[in-house]
Amino acid sequence: MTATAVHDRTAVARPVSVPRGYRFELVKVVSQWRIRLLVLACWIAPALFVVGVSQQSTLPSDTLFGRWMLATGWAAPLVMLGFAGTWALPLLTSLVAGDVFASEDRLGTWRHLLVAVRSPRRIFVAKALASLTVILLLVAGLACSSTVGGLVTVGNQPLVGLDGHLLAPSDAAWNVLLAWLCVLAPTLALAAIGLLGSVALGRSPMGLLLPALVALAMQLAQMLPLPVAVRLALPGYAFISWNGLFTTPAQTGPLLIGIAVSLVWAVLATVLAHLLFLRRDFTNLTYDGSGRRAITAGALPLAGLLAVTIAVVTVATPSTGSGIRQDEVQRSVATAFAHLYRLQTEQLHRPAVTEAQLRATAACNKGAGRLAAEGPGNDWRCVVSWHLPGVQTTGQAIYQLDFTADGRFVADGDGPKEVNGYFLVRTPVGDAPNPLWQFDGNVDLLDTTPKG
Amino acid sequence: MGTLHAVRARGITKSFGDVVALDGIDLDVTQGQIHGLVGPNGAGKTTLLGLLLGLAVADSGDLEILGAPVGRALAAPDGVTGFVDGPGLYPSLTARQNLAALAALRGEDGQTTDIDDVLAEVGLTDVADDRTRGFSLGMRQRLGLAAALLTGPRLLVLDEPANGLDPAGKKHVHDVLNRLAEQGTAVVLSSHRMDDLEALCSEVTILATGRVVFSGPLGKLATENRELDYRLSTSDPDAARRVATDTAGIQVIDDARTRTDGDVLVVRALVPALDELVVQLVHAGVALRELTPVVSPLEAAFLALTEQQEAGR
Repeated sequence: MTATAVHDRTAVARPVSVPRGYRFELVKVVSQWRIRLLVLACWIAPALFVVGVSQQSTLPSDTLFGRWMLATGWAAPLVMLGFAGTWALPLLTSLVAGDVFASEDRLGTWRHLLVAVRSPRRIFVAKALASLTVILLLVAGLACSSTVGGLVTVGNQPLVGLDGHLLAPSDAAWNVLLAWLCVLAPTLALAAIGLLGSVALGRSPMGLLLPALVALAMQLAQMLPLPVAVRLALPGYAFISWNGLFTTPAQTGPLLIGIAVSLVWAVLATVLAHLLFLRRDFTNLTYDGSGRRAITAGALPLAGLLAVTIAVVTVATPSTGSGIRQDEVQRSVATAFAHLYRLQTEQLHRPAVTEAQLRATAACNKGAGRLAAEGPGNDWRCVVSWHLPGVQTTGQAIYQLDFTADGRFVADGDGPKEVNGYFLVRTPVGDAPNPLWQFDGNVDLLDTTPKG
Repeated sequence: MGTLHAVRARGITKSFGDVVALDGIDLDVTQGQIHGLVGPNGAGKTTLLGLLLGLAVADSGDLEILGAPVGRALAAPDGVTGFVDGPGLYPSLTARQNLAALAALRGEDGQTTDIDDVLAEVGLTDVADDRTRGFSLGMRQRLGLAAALLTGPRLLVLDEPANGLDPAGKKHVHDVLNRLAEQGTAVVLSSHRMDDLEALCSEVTILATGRVVFSGPLGKLATENRELDYRLSTSDPDAARRVATDTAGIQVIDDARTRTDGDVLVVRALVPALDELVVQLVHAGVALRELTPVVSPLEAAFLALTEQQEAGR
């Protein structure tokens, strides 16, 4: 439109402020029964789950920290975190962020909203902030509910870390908090992908499901024997890498890379959603997203980001291959064994022994030595050796290891039965779980050991 | 002093890809006027309303709203409100909550009394605390109007505001719009219902294929019209037919509609010829029981003008 020469001013269109738009969006979101039910579920269900587990004789030992759920209340929020990263958070972000724009398409309220707010840019910001608030509320519910449930039901005891060392309750609390904060980064990335799908695909169910589908694809990718650089370049890796907080020293490399990658994805996906939103035609009531635009302005830039991230991580980190190497496996198993042996010694009221005195080592191979000792698989076998003060004989124990591609392993005791053959050990105060029977661990996928 | 224009558009064009929605539109709406937009589907009414509400930006032309040219941002100027393609309501909120949320959004207190007042004005007091999920189309339209009233608009833009309204609801809406106009608010509304436009509007603009084919007072539209069809009911249909056939400028229409009712004759004529027919019928001793247009003058003009435009494409 040409500007008329006689006028030196344009009609004043004072947009609604972002805080007011934000409150308006919150009112709308919270008025939905689906969201109310989600909030209620996230704040109640985890505690009920913990209470339920505490009444069972079997534990969710296939979930990280699940085997410690009856030993300390701090295991519960970590079990919940593992579940949330796999299922709950992708679904929650789908239902909230993936629907925040699409709901206006369904209701046919875009024009009304634009007339009322008078700024597409501020509508976008208000909607993004409102969905972020609800997602944070849901995440907080999962964390608080499971923590309170665990502490009330089981108690405030020390937590056994992923390398077997004992974390004092205060340290466990701090690490649990950090772990939940860390998964906010990939949650934000999924939320941003949800915003992008919601803007780009309108009422299409694909828009609503996009974060869940992306999360599922990333989980499948993490199960594949991909190179470490690819694994770390995926925005969902921080859903896994918080595990590194529970080793000594903490495996901060993969964790920080995972968080950084997630945040970059969150920023880029949000910017793309914003640009797409500003370009949409609000006069077309039948507008239902544009598949072509979703690909060119949404999927392609994110694919480009993935390629760039893989390249950067490859250059920045020295690790190649799967990252699961024999020396690292042997070190992890020996360290965990030493810590847990000391724990077992205390349980059995035997003479105290330290990790240094034990001088535990592990000799591990894969496929009975026929395969290269590298990469994931359930055919790892380790022989752990240790020494007791004043005893000439070297103790030995066998473990079968099941390694997943993300560097996590479960070590299953294979004798001798006095050390790791039984699920329970007989202590002076009754039977207790045998910490050496089966234990979880993980290896740092980034090669930090100097070569040569 | 010139008339204060709420809307002044000159040469507005707007295309969506290859489709030309508006092609050189001129429009003048003064303060306190209720201005009707009418046209067949696809004529460009909604696009034009969208421009007034800041939902789209014209490709070219000059558009002034409330005395100032509009910018290129997607935003309705202050004092402008309304709705196109139905009011935007949130079904999980009650009628009162919808209005309160909107008032809070605009930084107004959203006083309970204000909300109660506008709800009463559109006749929705009884359902104020019901969720709008169960509202009928007519109730939604009235609540949309209430939302607009809450802002005290100087230009109100409405798309088919009488859709789905029962007679009582329509009366509420008409009363509200007339009162707003009396207070100086300009109202631009589109409708397919000629009776609504005739009852409400002082001026209309007829659009066809994105162009203005008429714009001005309703009276002028009626006089610009050529011939109209009239239903003629008399005491002696046969005699009336003979008189009509013999009267200059009168054409008796025989079609399926007239044959269904033997006492009614349909004639096509200009108003002067029609006057002469009445005189001749009286002279012939035929009593006149009914003489009414088959379609309203506005509708006839609308059909004639839009058909001409379509034929000229």
